[in-house]
Amino acid sequence: MDGPAIEARGLNLVFETNDGPVQALKDVDLTIGRGEFVSFIGPSGCGKTTFLRVAADLETPTSGTVRVNGASPEAARQARAYGYVFQAAGLFPWRTIAGNVRLPLEIMGYPRAEQDARAARALGMVELAGFEKKFPWQLSGGMQQRASIARALAFDADLLLMDEPFGALDEIVRDKLNEQLLELWATTGKTIAFVTHSIPEAVYLSTRIVVMSPRPGRVTDVIESPLPRERPLHIRESAEFLAIAARVRDGLRAGIGDEV
Amino acid sequence: MAGVPVTAGRDWLPVATIVLGIVALWYVFAVILNAPWAYDQAGRDGVTLGPADLVAATLSQERPRLPAPDQVATELWKSTVEVKPTSKRSLVYHAWVTLSATLAGFALGAALGIGLAVAIVHDRTSDASVMPWVIASQTIPILAIAPMIVVVLNSVGVSGLLPKALISTYLSFFPVVVGMVKGLRSPDALLIDQMRTWNASAGQVFRKLRWPAATPYLFASLKVAAAASLVGAIVGELPTGAQAGLGARMLSGSYYGQTVQIWSALFMAAILAAMLVGLIGLAERMAVRAMGGRPGR
Repeated sequence: MDGPAIEARGLNLVFETNDGPVQALKDVDLTIGRGEFVSFIGPSGCGKTTFLRVAADLETPTSGTVRVNGASPEAARQARAYGYVFQAAGLFPWRTIAGNVRLPLEIMGYPRAEQDARAARALGMVELAGFEKKFPWQLSGGMQQRASIARALAFDADLLLMDEPFGALDEIVRDKLNEQLLELWATTGKTIAFVTHSIPEAVYLSTRIVVMSPRPGRVTDVIESPLPRERPLHIRESAEFLAIAARVRDGLRAGIGDEV
Repeated sequence: MAGVPVTAGRDWLPVATIVLGIVALWYVFAVILNAPWAYDQAGRDGVTLGPADLVAATLSQERPRLPAPDQVATELWKSTVEVKPTSKRSLVYHAWVTLSATLAGFALGAALGIGLAVAIVHDRTSDASVMPWVIASQTIPILAIAPMIVVVLNSVGVSGLLPKALISTYLSFFPVVVGMVKGLRSPDALLIDQMRTWNASAGQVFRKLRWPAATPYLFASLKVAAAASLVGAIVGELPTGAQAGLGARMLSGSYYGQTVQIWSALFMAAILAAMLVGLIGLAERMAVRAMGGRPGR
């Protein structure tokens, strides 16, 4: 398939709340190319999660267009074009780890033998081989989140939408998972849209960083990363890395203005 | 896993203490409540009762106001073990009559309750139209409606087990509806969204998410429903002058002042209820284990 993975034009979304309308997204124009790793960063209420949810057909925009793989979000969802990783692992507690990874495959009607093969491969990718028969409560938070990533990898969506998947984890686990995620991205060639609160995480992972600001939720800066695709953890101490981080921080500050 | 074997050995002591306390209290009240009649008798016979005589006289009456525990236990033993189960004098026979109506009513009630809950959760119109009736149905005293059900069904030629079972159904479907509506709606919005990203059908969301998530609620409701079913079956036996069943046993006991018979029927009903709830608890434990439940939870 050619063309961008996600393309948004003049996207607006207004939530009607009890306190009046809230503009979650205002005039968002954004194109995410195939194979890119794009991070969305910004304070709460800046619309980064909402953008992902619109692309996933979990919210409907008020105006403007979004194309996912060249189709409408609804068509893309029906074609199972993306895997979505939520902030919480969202594992089904009554299913084993393998059972959880198999769940989307069962729903999509894969034959049983292929379900098992794919579940085993996906669990291998997130280094959870050997944990197939465990139940979610028997795993640590980081392992549960890896299982939830495996679940999104199990079917062949070439687009991964990740909504603060490591937000609830401690920094050591997070570093490890960041490294693994980069490896996974390099080996699978998937397009990844990744929402985060963390500047180092955004800079370390992304080929492009989308800086957003709240009230109304909008894109204030898009930063192309000059870092090489191959990124050891210690790249985070390099001058280049720190320069991008500084620019992201400036962008976030400018977006918030005098509010904080 | 941990915890259970360690405490299991100690659990009987507090339980036994409380049971002993209740039995002791029961004896005290048996003496107090049966004393007037004992004094009356003694007065007529022209004897005075010492404390020991009083106790003996109050605990061995044929028609006491409150029979002593051992009298009830003896009657229970006699009417279950020493009589053939097929005899009309056997409490096992009467218990079976009531139990069969209870089970039929419980099965119907559970099925009806689950069916209504599924409709209410999946269909907005049902939610708005059925739920008020479900709640209204339970504001009518069962004692008022039970005779009508029996009489109406009798007039169309339906008698025996079914009218009683329907009264059981009437009582038992309610906790199941309420519990299952709550249970089927219990999955997190996150998990519902998750299913949506995989383009799961409504049937798949039900089978793979809502139903398993509702399982704990189901068992809790079934326990309440089983006890309510038993009450329904007994109540169904009262207004009809039924020939058999625990309700009939209680009614005839009260006609003839056979309090010992009433109490043993009461205990039989309690034993049945405990067995039903225990069986459901067992099924629940097996389901929890199959669903990877965390031990001790």
